[in-house]
Amino acid sequence: MLALLAFHLVIGIGIVAAGQQLGRQAFAVAAVAPLATVVWAITQAGGVLDGKPVTESFSWVDGLGISLDLRLDAFALAMVALVSGIGFLICIYALGYFKPHDPSTPVKSNVGRLAGTMTVFAGAMLGVVLSDHLIALFIAWELTSITSYLLIGNDDTNPRARAAALQAILITGMGGLVLLAGLSIVGQAAGTYRLSEIIENAPTTGSSTALNAGLICVLIGAFTKSAQAPFSSWLPGAMVAPTPVSAYLHSATMVKAGVYLVARMAPMFATQGNWRVVLLTVGSATMLIGGLRALRQHDLKLLLAYGTVSQLGFMMLLFGTGDDHIAQAGVVLLLAHGAFKAALFMVVGIVDHEVGSRDIRRLTGFGKGWRLTLVAGVVGAASMAGLPPLFGFISKEKALDGYVEHGDFVGSTVVLTVIVVASILTFAYSARFVLGLFGVFADPDFEASCADDVDSQTAHAPSLLFVGPALFLTVFTIAAGLAPVIVDRLVEMATIALHPEAEPQHVHLWSGFNTAFMLSLVVIGTGTALTVFRSRVAAGQSVTSKAMRLVPSSEQSFNFLLRGVGVVARRVTGVVQNGSLPIYVAIIMMVATGVPLIAFAQEWTGFGDVIETPVHVVLVAMIIAAALGASIVRRRIAAALMLGAVGYAMAGLYVVQGAPDLALTQFAIETLSTVLFVLVLRYLPSTWTHRAPAIAAPMRIGVSVFVGVSVFVFALVASGARSDVSGPQQSEMMVENALTKGKGSNVVNVILVDFRGWDTMGEITVLLVAAAGAVSLARGGRRRDELGPTFEEIFDDAPDEAVGDSDSPASSLVNGSARRHEEGHA
Amino acid sequence: MTAPVGAPPRSMILDQSIKVLYHSILVLALYFEFAGHNLPGGGFVGGLIAGAAVSLRYVSGGAEAVRTTFRAPSHVILGFGLFLSSVTALVPVLLGGAILEHASYEMKLPIFGNVKVVSALPFDAGVFLVVVGLVLMAFAAFGDDRVPPETDDEAAQ
Repeated sequence: MLALLAFHLVIGIGIVAAGQQLGRQAFAVAAVAPLATVVWAITQAGGVLDGKPVTESFSWVDGLGISLDLRLDAFALAMVALVSGIGFLICIYALGYFKPHDPSTPVKSNVGRLAGTMTVFAGAMLGVVLSDHLIALFIAWELTSITSYLLIGNDDTNPRARAAALQAILITGMGGLVLLAGLSIVGQAAGTYRLSEIIENAPTTGSSTALNAGLICVLIGAFTKSAQAPFSSWLPGAMVAPTPVSAYLHSATMVKAGVYLVARMAPMFATQGNWRVVLLTVGSATMLIGGLRALRQHDLKLLLAYGTVSQLGFMMLLFGTGDDHIAQAGVVLLLAHGAFKAALFMVVGIVDHEVGSRDIRRLTGFGKGWRLTLVAGVVGAASMAGLPPLFGFISKEKALDGYVEHGDFVGSTVVLTVIVVASILTFAYSARFVLGLFGVFADPDFEASCADDVDSQTAHAPSLLFVGPALFLTVFTIAAGLAPVIVDRLVEMATIALHPEAEPQHVHLWSGFNTAFMLSLVVIGTGTALTVFRSRVAAGQSVTSKAMRLVPSSEQSFNFLLRGVGVVARRVTGVVQNGSLPIYVAIIMMVATGVPLIAFAQEWTGFGDVIETPVHVVLVAMIIAAALGASIVRRRIAAALMLGAVGYAMAGLYVVQGAPDLALTQFAIETLSTVLFVLVLRYLPSTWTHRAPAIAAPMRIGVSVFVGVSVFVFALVASGARSDVSGPQQSEMMVENALTKGKGSNVVNVILVDFRGWDTMGEITVLLVAAAGAVSLARGGRRRDELGPTFEEIFDDAPDEAVGDSDSPASSLVNGSARRHEEGHA
Repeated sequence: MTAPVGAPPRSMILDQSIKVLYHSILVLALYFEFAGHNLPGGGFVGGLIAGAAVSLRYVSGGAEAVRTTFRAPSHVILGFGLFLSSVTALVPVLLGGAILEHASYEMKLPIFGNVKVVSALPFDAGVFLVVVGLVLMAFAAFGDDRVPPETDDEAAQ
């Protein structure tokens, strides 16, 4: 299994690398990976369907207990059939989709990249369904988000594609983070991160708040991925991607990842905490909203996208209840939806490719050679609407039956009503799709208002290769409807994989005149009525939608949120980074010392021995005098020298305390830093100019005193805080081990290079960064060979207002705007 | 070689004494680097003292003197120092030990007598080089009064 995943990755990256040369044929290469998976899955199917899952395990991060556990059980097999089966068909379909009308036009160079990324996605999606370990599942999950982002934004010159891609990754990425938190909590509560072990002994700490919170987090992650309300806005946006991507990722596979996770978790957790309430509410809302919005679309692809949102809500309602009979209906719907929705997307893609538009107001019916395409469209839509004798009918029947017979939890009647109402909507938008395809909505006025001219009647008929994949799925939809026995075993075993105690019933096309059948008749009848009176329905919808416009849609809320974050960030930056060096320093110092002060002040135990020897008095007097002097003198150089004196006196203190190493280092540092100070100060005026407002002086004194007091408390408390580890035992241990283990008798040095060697590594890395920063600061962000004239010359050239009163280059360190100006002139 | 802006006229006494002192200070820095494991000192102190020696050269010869102090460019010294330390930290891992694990080797050399070589030495030498490189870069960055002559020529064209 791992080899298969790696195979996807290798093929995908290979195609991306060779994308330019392969062009459209990249999809032929890409098809190899899903084909190999299908063949492999067929060889394994016998054992898996006998209830013997295939497992593989590889150690990965042993220290954290993370391993790559792969497991193919019957439910995973059903998902693999979707991911790789449809994946293979999509690759074939894409060969036709990306074929230019005019053979002489070159295929866009980014097609190869698309094929490669899609193969990587297929591998990641396989990883999601095959992972038995929650963390491995999460990583594959995130990979699907990233590849989805790349695929939506593949046409990187199109700003709409980039915006849609960004929206998708922001929403699913946010959900991914929440999911990670949720999975960690669930894993900790269960004591294992392996799904197959969790299912065997579900956590009994059902009432704990932590587990409940974790489950809510998992649900949020699943909702974002599966485009549930209120996170659904990214899915219609993602329709800007080429149709093969939409058909594959955004209807058949990736958006089902959330459903998949819910299906895996529900048997153990559906009865715990608020799982059911949250899930049923969100699923119902999504199913209704998606259906209502689909009914209003003129773009066939958007119609399908909203339809997908609605169906995903439906799947949530089926998988998330924790009841095995209802979950079995979910498995059927999963397969049926994968087949009909992918076929419908393919049909829309064919129309779009050959006609040049997919707006139902511009379609006027099709000419010769389109029969097979239309058959695929009509059968797919009929399956979506739930008409017998198609596969979609069985799934809907099964779902209704499940809720009627086994919906014994709170709210099940409400949910059943929602399903019936939403199914009526589904029937209506399916009918709208078919009528649109046949040109019923053709609008000459709208057609005239469009710049380009399209005529679906005379459009070039698609080749058999182009229609083939959709036809294959159509045949499957009909066959599985007429003879459900071909999927029966898979559905049963998949249900048992989810619910080990389940005793699933057989899947039948005809299960008698039961309540579910009556409800199906209601759905079909009302749906037909909605279709017949569609103009009145549309009028009613536009009236209500005007009223609804007052409530922000999820799209608007997303944009509002995004803009809000930008505005807040700008405001915060404007306050804390307003370009004034004193403000920067004040804020950095206040935060760095003030925040720890809150903790340290609580640990305050009073002063220790203040004076140990008389020498202390002398040295401290020197320090205080020099520090006061540094803040009083008017010449910068004098202040720098005073600071140096503070440092030397500190070194003296080290000598008195018997720390020659520290003293030596302190002396050397003070010497060097004084020299460097002088070096920089040459560029500044020799005395301070007090142009700051009067309020600044007290504020500066306030900040200084605050920082000083904080550091004082910090030093006193920190040195005595952790008596458990830093007390005498620890120092004695270091002294003892220095020679035996550290092979040196200078304890300080042994600490630096051995006991705390990592710290030293970090410190010298910081030194490197600091050096690079200092150099780029001094050069004003330019390379030496671009420097050209001297600093003075640059400043002579620059307009006066940019330079201000400063006549020297280093003042640019203080004055950001002057430096930016300088760059502009360079 | 130009004197820093605002520097007083050259002092012969200063220049000559720096010539004498410079190498002695470098030797002192090296002593601290090598003695550090058992006596006061170490790579950090050694590097700082070498840096102080470089600052003396700057006082007498300006930025140009600093730039020609070592044949290797300052950023190479800095980077090589970090590289040396990292390699020393990682070698024990390759030999099956823990990261930063150190070994020692004692040998008898003529004149020096018993000498103990510790594998921490190259690690400390890396620290030494990083500090020296940092000081050199600081002088090159802030001590520079004029850009190199060839760039001036280009600007003149």
